[in-house]
Amino acid sequence: MSFISFKNKKNKLADKKLPPHSAWGHYTKKQGTRIGRSANADVDSAEAPLVTVSDVSLSYEGRNVIEGLSFDVCRGDYLCVIGENGSGKSTLMSAILGLKKVSGGKISMNGLSRGEIGVLPQQSQVQKDFPALVEEVVITGCLGRSTKGPFMTKDARKIAFASMEKLGITSIAKRPYRELSGGQQQRVMIARALCAAEKMLVLDEPVTGLDPKSTADIYSLISHLNRAEKMTIVMVTHDVASALRYSTHILRINKDSVFFGSTEEYKTLPEASAYLDREKDDSDADIPYGEGGFRYKGGIT
Amino acid sequence: MSALALTLSERAAKLVLYLRYPFVQNALIVSALVALSAALLGVFLTLKRFSAIGDGLSHVAFGAAAIAAVFDIFDLSFTLPVTIIAAVIILNAGSGRRTMGDAAIAMLSTGALAVGYTVLNLFGGSANLGGDVCSALFGSAAMLTLTKSDVMLALGVTAALVILIIIFYYKLLSVTFDESFSKATGTRTGAYNLAIAIVCATVIVMGMKLAGALLISALIVFPALSAMRLFKGFASVLVTSGIIAVVGATLGVLVSILLETPVGATIAAVDVVAYGLCCLVRK
Repeated sequence: MSFISFKNKKNKLADKKLPPHSAWGHYTKKQGTRIGRSANADVDSAEAPLVTVSDVSLSYEGRNVIEGLSFDVCRGDYLCVIGENGSGKSTLMSAILGLKKVSGGKISMNGLSRGEIGVLPQQSQVQKDFPALVEEVVITGCLGRSTKGPFMTKDARKIAFASMEKLGITSIAKRPYRELSGGQQQRVMIARALCAAEKMLVLDEPVTGLDPKSTADIYSLISHLNRAEKMTIVMVTHDVASALRYSTHILRINKDSVFFGSTEEYKTLPEASAYLDREKDDSDADIPYGEGGFRYKGGIT
Repeated sequence: MSALALTLSERAAKLVLYLRYPFVQNALIVSALVALSAALLGVFLTLKRFSAIGDGLSHVAFGAAAIAAVFDIFDLSFTLPVTIIAAVIILNAGSGRRTMGDAAIAMLSTGALAVGYTVLNLFGGSANLGGDVCSALFGSAAMLTLTKSDVMLALGVTAALVILIIIFYYKLLSVTFDESFSKATGTRTGAYNLAIAIVCATVIVMGMKLAGALLISALIVFPALSAMRLFKGFASVLVTSGIIAVVGATLGVLVSILLETPVGATIAAVDVVAYGLCCLVRK
């Protein structure tokens, strides 16, 4: 398949199946939010959303990546942010965390301070061979909340231990971080994030580079935190099939269009059908499908 | 065989004799302190991938020291601020774009060397210019001219560094391990990076007399890397790095007296050997 034909096909898809950007944005603001709220009605119908993103524009290295984006995240939501590389997903996460200024619009937090958001950034090369014990890493997650001076308080140690218990890593507390498997390392990072997180957990591609078993493991863990602990989840991911399987809401950002709504709603879109077919084919399997699997299927059809 | 034994015992006698002199005692104290603070700093610098920045800064310190010597300014009051400013510039350039930081280090360090050496040749009135430059680069005879004030300076800087590390231990660990996480949880990472830059410049300027501009980096990098070979926890790496540095510096000074070698180079060589041994112990 030549580049040109691929491009044409993509444009056709955009023309036929998706409404123009402005109309879609409108739809997002009104209907998407309403459906999101009603799906969540039994949790907190009266409560204001934790995070409200209204008409936000963001730029990355001088280039506008997001314009006029609006959505909100309610307590107990499991929002997956999907979209092509360079569409501004990670930039949006930085903006929500307050690490990056918006070039237009407003992001407001309701009853959620900066220290109450737990973050799982993408792993850097520095961390992979960093000499630190698991407990040393986890306890740094308490820094945002323990303001009683520079030394770690007993409370901080308790919180660190509690979140290690939640993730089942107390047995490896004294082990060096760099000797753990990728899945175990990611558990440690989530435990660290939990130390900071009261209400919300922001994860940036948490399963990148993990084997299928660890991937399934991390997904069910996050799901458990969302359901049992009522932790609000915002996750940037490329793994659309798993996003559809676990999330309650989807935010899909592409260069020419934006979708925000409940996951059920997204599943009715033509663009979601490819992922759903795949899910039906192997609905017995425990292992969620990676991005690679989908791409292969896309190549055949 | 007997000749060797004789020279050995002679040398041992010489060592005992030398150890009575105050300048040798000063040298021992200063080298242990400088090596300790360099090694503690080294743990953070190597983990943050800033080793090259440390090396670049020492070149800047050489340039500044050359200018200070020529224009007869008191060394510290000129060299230290210049090096601190350079450290802040390099660190800020490095945090934006990685390649820019790399190029910035190369420009600053070679530029400072060139300017320093040129200025020395143009205006330097010294009869022994080559010897002066050599000792500024490799730190040699300067050790014997160490004064009480040098000892006090080394003591003050090292004590301040150790206290700062103890107080901000977890913050430093967090910022070093994961800057974006620390930032997101409300830590002012910029302030910590600035502090690391200032400490780095101070340690380099302080260590210049001992090890010279070219070798101070060895004192920063080797003990930290040796400790990381042996231990896998952050606290244990930090402590071990300090111990290796102090033992290495003391050994280095003693060996340099016995073999009549330059102090800075000998300490650096001992650190290299220690690193080799650590690699053998833990592969």
